[in-house]
Amino acid sequence: MEEDFISSVQTLLRQRLCGKCHNQLRFRENEIKQLHDLVHRTATVGESNSLLVIGPRGSGKSTLLEGVLDDLTNEKDVTGNILVVRLNGLLQTDDKIALAEITRQLQLEAESEGKAFGSFAENLQFLLEALRSGSDRKSRSLVFVLDEFDLFAHHRNQTLLYNLFDVAQSAQAPICVIGLTVRMDVLELLEKRVKSRFSHRFIHLLPTYEFKEYLEIAQDVLTLPQDFASKKLVGDWNKSAQEFMQDSSVIDVLQQIFYLDKSIQHLYQLLMIPVCKLNAEHTKLLASDLYASFKILHKDDKAAMLQGVSILELTLVLAMKHLNEVYDGEPFNFEMVFSVYKKFTQRAALQSFQKAVVIKAFEHLCSLEIVRAAESSTSRTQREFRALRLMADSSQIMEAVKRYPACPNELKHWSTTPMLTL
Amino acid sequence: MPDSPLDVIACRQEQSRQLQSLFGSPIQMTAPCVFVYGHSATGKTLVLRSLLQKLTHIFVNCVECYSARLLFQRVLNELSGHVPSAANDFTSYSRCDNTNDFVRILKHLMQQKRLAGTLYLVLQKAERLRDMEANLLPALLRLQHLTGENVCVILESEIVWNKFWCGTGFQDPIIIHFPEYSKDELLEIMLSSSALDGEYSSELKESYCNLVISVFHTACRNLRELQHMAQLNFPKYVEPIVTGEVQEDDVRKLWRNVEPHLKRALQTVYLHEISSSQWERMQAEKSEEKAPPSALSSRVSMELPYYSKFLLIAAYLASYNPSKSDRRFFSKNAGRINKRTVMNVDKKSERTSSQMLGPKSFGLDRLMAIFYSIVEEKVAPSAYIFSQMTSLVNLGLMTRISVSDSLESPKFKCLVSLDMIRAVAKNVSFDVVRYLYDFVG
Repeated sequence: MEEDFISSVQTLLRQRLCGKCHNQLRFRENEIKQLHDLVHRTATVGESNSLLVIGPRGSGKSTLLEGVLDDLTNEKDVTGNILVVRLNGLLQTDDKIALAEITRQLQLEAESEGKAFGSFAENLQFLLEALRSGSDRKSRSLVFVLDEFDLFAHHRNQTLLYNLFDVAQSAQAPICVIGLTVRMDVLELLEKRVKSRFSHRFIHLLPTYEFKEYLEIAQDVLTLPQDFASKKLVGDWNKSAQEFMQDSSVIDVLQQIFYLDKSIQHLYQLLMIPVCKLNAEHTKLLASDLYASFKILHKDDKAAMLQGVSILELTLVLAMKHLNEVYDGEPFNFEMVFSVYKKFTQRAALQSFQKAVVIKAFEHLCSLEIVRAAESSTSRTQREFRALRLMADSSQIMEAVKRYPACPNELKHWSTTPMLTL
Repeated sequence: MPDSPLDVIACRQEQSRQLQSLFGSPIQMTAPCVFVYGHSATGKTLVLRSLLQKLTHIFVNCVECYSARLLFQRVLNELSGHVPSAANDFTSYSRCDNTNDFVRILKHLMQQKRLAGTLYLVLQKAERLRDMEANLLPALLRLQHLTGENVCVILESEIVWNKFWCGTGFQDPIIIHFPEYSKDELLEIMLSSSALDGEYSSELKESYCNLVISVFHTACRNLRELQHMAQLNFPKYVEPIVTGEVQEDDVRKLWRNVEPHLKRALQTVYLHEISSSQWERMQAEKSEEKAPPSALSSRVSMELPYYSKFLLIAAYLASYNPSKSDRRFFSKNAGRINKRTVMNVDKKSERTSSQMLGPKSFGLDRLMAIFYSIVEEKVAPSAYIFSQMTSLVNLGLMTRISVSDSLESPKFKCLVSLDMIRAVAKNVSFDVVRYLYDFVG
């Protein structure tokens, strides 16, 4: 019983954290109402509209929209009166694909088959016309959702956007065009003729909430609904979730995250790992799991990779760091690194490798992209003389040297002293 | 879970556990994207393969599927169980040219097959995805959202995640790091999976593996390379035991016997300059004649015609010496060195040394002038000499850099290393270092 309960709790929470459930967002009542009204008017009165929802990644644009659309389709006067076409700038990379997708989503493939259209507008007109050919000649309302709206602006001549906005503005058919984007400057991307047909309605989803509200959002996602299981189990879980949220170390971690990235998606990602750890023996969320999750997500991965290179490679990285310091970040080439390396191994009386072995180690660093070519490579220069730059920060290198297992003392010493004084 | 197959994988228990808890039971949702990174040969693929054994999964290598289209077709073929063969004219499951089609067909297939659990899509060498279409990587990261199905994309790479960022950014995956094995872990794995043949005690094998690690570890921590080295040199290690010279427990004598071999292996086999079989043959020959071949010889020896050698030396001198110094090196009254030049020589820093900065270009006239002054006998400037120039360019020892401007005389650059030019010069008994500005100074 207990075990089943925990696994079903986990299933639900995983769904929530993956964004499968469209829980209505908190502290967004105004935006929800605005969007709801707009789509509602299109569906019932036949008003045409266009709108852009702008907000950073993970701020809940899709959640907001899907929540509103879910609500609307359950309303009596809207059901059956609205068709939603979902497009995504990542998928419909040009207008031809987009049009095919629109046709498919409206299930008009049969009608448009075998017809040749002179222009994009003609084709779109035909689709809208086909929708109208019902018994009462009254068209159903269309809602176009354009995710990653900014990518549509890169299409040739912005034909799709022009036509959609044109239909909306000239009230040829009741459609509502909703764009979702992360780019604040998205209007600048639009051509003049497209821009002038857009209604200039915006919803800005900026993370304006305070830390207290942020905690409430976190609490919300972990709380089970009352009708989920027997009252006692739900009560117990909710109480333990509340205790979890009040733990001082949990609040500490969340505070740190909040200062770094306020987005809800990031919060969900952070909670994902502790939730995944739930099982029969491990029935509660633990603060230590959250801390571990924080550690995993905010690991300095370059320093971690540097810890895994061999001593020879680490020596080369240190040589490059010194070259960077001496020559003020100017690009260097392999020969310079090698000469510093040679001098160092001589003075420190360390094992010195042949040039070919050193080159192999160096190439490994290149393939890890710890070192990169300063300019686009030309095949004419020998690889030893190609201008390169070090892509790791000196603090990352110091960290790697500090943590390196059994790092020779000479290297440790060299990392803190100027280039060739030992 | 003590009985799970995970604990079989040595030294990767923590990562396995992390991944397994992320995957959960098949019906549950999984995080949309997981990014697994670590150095090569740290068990990334091994862990993923063993974890996903019983789950629906597709492994795709992005080196093999180098374009978006190939990648899509591969995934769809595998998912539908379609095998391109002669019977179906080697066609794919369905035509799929763009991401839109891919997402649609994938969704359709998943619904049709009624997959009970999560579909795991593992993309190996994920850094290659950056070179494909710009929209591909963000789309794959959001595949769960785009298809609305329970899909989890796992990216596997040797490169850190922030090198993947592009455009307006995208949903960040959950990042799992596979750290490099420590020395003890390397030893443990090498012993448990070693293919060292022969009936020898485990202590002997352990001390041998320890030896190999101690010799190679500073240069290389890659498990696969170490295993290869260990296997290759084992017969040499046990040779004295086989011949009966040394007892099995006399570790010190065995070490003294094998040490030079391992050191030499580091210089040749490790660089993969010669194949393993060549190495074995060399080892066998060597024990007979006892004359160690110079490790460098294979790298720098090259037979060229007599004048070509001088041409190459001249090209090298022209590339690495400033043209100002030509008078000093090649004119008759070279004994008189200006005081000012000496001062300049002292001042020159590493930054300006051409040994550091690489070869400079030179004109044909300068090359020929140097050539005539270093060749001892008289050579007529015949077409024969110029054709040798062309063949040097074709061999990649020199390169022509000037544009196809017929008005200007062609410009060249020398592409050989100092070691090689030394070997060539020694061959014609010419002391090249005496003519090099950086060394004379």
